[in-house]
Amino acid sequence: MTTEMTKPPVEDFATDWDHTDPTWVKNPYPIWDELRETCPVAHTDRYGGGWFPVTHELVSEIANDTDHYTSRTVVIGNGRPGDDAPPAPIGVVPPISSDPPFHQIARRIILPALAPRPVAALEPQIRELCKSLVEKVKDNEIVNGSSDYAQYIPANVVELLLGLPSEDEDLFRHFIHVALEGVDEPDQDKRIEMFTPLEEYITRVVEDRMANPGDDLISYLLSVEIGGQKLAPEHIFGTVVLVLIAGIDTTWSAIGASLYHLATHPEDRQRLVDEPELIPTAIEEFLRFYAPVSMARLVKEDFDFHGCPMKKDDWILLGFPAANRDPKAFKDADKFIIDREVNRHLAFGLGIHRCAGSNLARLEMQVALEEFLLKFPNFELADESAVTWSQGQVRGPRNLPLRILK
Amino acid sequence: MKISIDPDRCQGHGRCFSLAPGLFDSDELGNGFAVGDGNVAAGDEELARLAQANCPEHAVLIEE
Repeated sequence: MTTEMTKPPVEDFATDWDHTDPTWVKNPYPIWDELRETCPVAHTDRYGGGWFPVTHELVSEIANDTDHYTSRTVVIGNGRPGDDAPPAPIGVVPPISSDPPFHQIARRIILPALAPRPVAALEPQIRELCKSLVEKVKDNEIVNGSSDYAQYIPANVVELLLGLPSEDEDLFRHFIHVALEGVDEPDQDKRIEMFTPLEEYITRVVEDRMANPGDDLISYLLSVEIGGQKLAPEHIFGTVVLVLIAGIDTTWSAIGASLYHLATHPEDRQRLVDEPELIPTAIEEFLRFYAPVSMARLVKEDFDFHGCPMKKDDWILLGFPAANRDPKAFKDADKFIIDREVNRHLAFGLGIHRCAGSNLARLEMQVALEEFLLKFPNFELADESAVTWSQGQVRGPRNLPLRILK
Repeated sequence: MKISIDPDRCQGHGRCFSLAPGLFDSDELGNGFAVGDGNVAAGDEELARLAQANCPEHAVLIEE
């Protein structure tokens, strides 16, 4: 995605970090490794001021501290959000943007829909979807692992969850595409503009579901009561938007990054072809090594964090992917070990905001990799230099040309 | 060996019941709990330790 403001390139990530800097976008790991050695809490004056903790210990501490940090805004934008930002208790997209105590109420509402058993029931449909996607490209010499495959899986699964009519598929995908580009758009006005078509579409769907309830997530949210009260319309709308925003480019990135790894590590690819039962273990290592998601917090009030003078409304970039590469927390942290048995990674976050869709994400990754490897047991990168990675708080390959080998 | 889940720490990552489905199960919210009385049959101790070692929240408790 692009921003019209041209920003000076970063020369020192310890004092001027920027997660949208091209060096970081291309390969952030050496930057994080160096910071971990020299400056475990990096600072920047960009975005109105922010901090970036790099160690597993510090990321865990902040993720578990809802006294000093608020989740009312979890994506870094231009400047401090200030007092006109969405209110803390609910936030625009509950429960990810909610703080305690409301957070627990909002979270308890969505967790049953995303618990292991209802998620497992979706497997046949996800498998059918993945089979049809590989079938479509089976005769191609080059298959784009990102835009021909990974991208479609979570988008279709979300459509399934929300019970969207299949004739809306193209329309929906277009709205999602524009809105996802907007998530990391630092200009607030532009971001709102990019969200509008999706917002209008979702509003129409919710209205339709009020009149014609089904067995989808929207109908469920419409039926839920808290203390005898139906959910506020903005709560329902916000949670639907959350499912769209949090459920698509994240899983798309995780599947894409896994395919990138397998394309560049033939021994690991062959191992999974020979031992498909190893895929669930491998998925945890894909999640650790290529964790796609970083979250943001805001500092609630001025306070001193291990000698860092944090100011009210400073941003915190919670680098779960950086924590996952911390050698103090992981043996051979910089090595991808496909059969790593002990893997306490933080790819889905930590604490009360643990990714509510993690069961679904793991299932999508598993089925996606199983079906891809079944159809294409041998492939490599068609053009290393053509591979591009998304910019912002969700990292994954966006162009991933794979050459299918016999 | 006796296993349990600390419900104050568990956030539903699901590692315990995925790795050791005979020892742990998930509730309606997706949080883990120890199956039965939590007593681990002989031979399953390593599985219990594996579940413990993989919990990001350190919520799996083992008494030996």
